[in-house]
Amino acid sequence: MPDSPPSPMVEFEAVSLRFEDTWALHDVSFKLHAGQTHVILGAAGSGKTTLLKAVIGLVRVDRGSVKLFGEDITAMSEHDLYPLRGRTGVLFQEGGLFDSLQVGDNVEYPLLNRQIGEHNNKTDSSSAETQAREALRFVELEQTFDKFPSEVSGGMRRRVGIARAIVTEPPLVLYDSPTAGLDPITANTIMALILKERDVRNTASLIVTHRYQDGELMADFRYDPERQELVRLPQDGGSRHRTRFIVMKQGEIVFFGTRDELAASSDQYVKRFVRHEE
Amino acid sequence: MLASSHEGEAGGSYLLRFLKAPLASFQDFLFLAGRAFGNILRSPHYYDDVFLQMDLIGVGSLPIVVPTGALSGAIIALQMSRALSTYGANSEVGPIVALTLVRELGPVLTALLVAGRNASGIASELGSMQVTEQIDAMRALGTDPVQKLVTPRLLATATMLPCLTVIADAIGWIAAYLIAVPLLHLVSSGYYWSSSWRALVPNDLAQGLIKPLLFGIIISLVGCYYGLRTTGGTQGVGRATTQAVVSASIWIFFVTFLIDKIFVNL
Ligand SMILES: Nc1ncnc2c1ncn2[C@@H]1O[C@H](COP(=O)(O)OP(=O)(O)OP(=O)(O)O)[C@@H](O)[C@H]1O
Ligand SMILES: [Mg+2]
Repeated sequence: MPDSPPSPMVEFEAVSLRFEDTWALHDVSFKLHAGQTHVILGAAGSGKTTLLKAVIGLVRVDRGSVKLFGEDITAMSEHDLYPLRGRTGVLFQEGGLFDSLQVGDNVEYPLLNRQIGEHNNKTDSSSAETQAREALRFVELEQTFDKFPSEVSGGMRRRVGIARAIVTEPPLVLYDSPTAGLDPITANTIMALILKERDVRNTASLIVTHRYQDGELMADFRYDPERQELVRLPQDGGSRHRTRFIVMKQGEIVFFGTRDELAASSDQYVKRFVRHEE
Repeated sequence: MLASSHEGEAGGSYLLRFLKAPLASFQDFLFLAGRAFGNILRSPHYYDDVFLQMDLIGVGSLPIVVPTGALSGAIIALQMSRALSTYGANSEVGPIVALTLVRELGPVLTALLVAGRNASGIASELGSMQVTEQIDAMRALGTDPVQKLVTPRLLATATMLPCLTVIADAIGWIAAYLIAVPLLHLVSSGYYWSSSWRALVPNDLAQGLIKPLLFGIIISLVGCYYGLRTTGGTQGVGRATTQAVVSASIWIFFVTFLIDKIFVNL
């Protein structure tokens, strides 16, 4: 089954990390296999961002081990991490767009950056521009190519961030709160893009979100390339089992399971993240 | 004898107390400094960023460095004219101005101005980049932020501050001339220039250039250090900015003290 190939893309084993006197991550273990999606829910400050950053070694863990694409990165040097990070796309919670660069240059940046490593063939700048335009077209923002990030709206910046995260066509994408602070319509547009990315290119993803409906979308829908829209998956099986939910509380994973298991949970904390049927 | 040794002790403990906070993070700072210097010889080199920063820090600081240099020269000349006349040593105004400016006031004043302007600028710029996760994005996209951000600022400040200091010295010297010669008629024009030039020995010139070089290194690295370790959103950026200016200024005085001690003993 494509569900459980031998080596997971991301594997945390009893990972703990503390900032001064708070555990941002405490004894966290999980695996993410190719093509899978994990939706990460949890209260503010429960360690969701820290978990994503630990995946690509942006923060160093104090205990346990982190494996990325089968390689143990726990004690890997920053330099050795670059090629692995080059195979991972990241959308940061705070955006992380370079505000000194135009939108187009931001999206080209991952393609042109030579420090990523030898095995990423140097892309020449004209093909980089083509690819960047294509990524921007994917998020329906080609017209912003020459604008600065400060000149476009918050929702557009989020989409530019997605374009930059996926422009190198990475097999793994990390999304930190892609819909936070956006109106429901823009939020749904963004989720549709994320689903499209997942289903067109079959990427694995970790998605942090505050909105349960984002998780529902990931679990229950797929992008149909012919009709160019989201369609509901059949209730039984299909790709539904590819999506798992993680609920975090004070640095710990307090729930891991499918959408149905999440909906059925009786834990008071976990229930807070499930939409109540009216 | 007893009094002075007691005084020395109190001064020492006061200094230690004063430096306690910087000492706590000193190791991180040295680590950053080591990486920033190590990167100078390592590729990739971001020359564009170096030149951009030189322009920002060097040319951009001229509007505050030039008037300050002029005014300090004029003030020294005015003050010294009174002091010197009581000893009947009016003719020595040139050497006094030259030595004060080149050894002490030029480097320290320029550095303090540039610290106020650029240590804060660097800290707030890098701090905003930190809190908007641009630094994380850089690392995620395979760029070393020390190489891309810290090393260019280090190179630019370390080269531009000595230039700015020389400019401030020269302007101050001219301003002092305008006060001492056309205004107060203390000495003849020829004697002002020749006596002050003769008063400067290589030791003074060395001090006058080593100081701004070190101050430039301090200002850029302190600004980067506080910028990069910013946490806590926009408020954190404000804090980082203030801390950068305060600690750069303290370091400037401390290093001045150390260098003076070395050169006095030479
Ligand atoms: N650089 C840091 N220095 C100190 N403490 C930190 C730092 N980064 C995170 N923390 C702390 O670690 C804990 C987890 O933070 P994290 O950012 O991972 O939370 P989060 O789940 O992403 O929250 P949110 O939903 O608000 O984004 C919090 O208590 C936070 O205060
Ligand atoms: Mg977060």
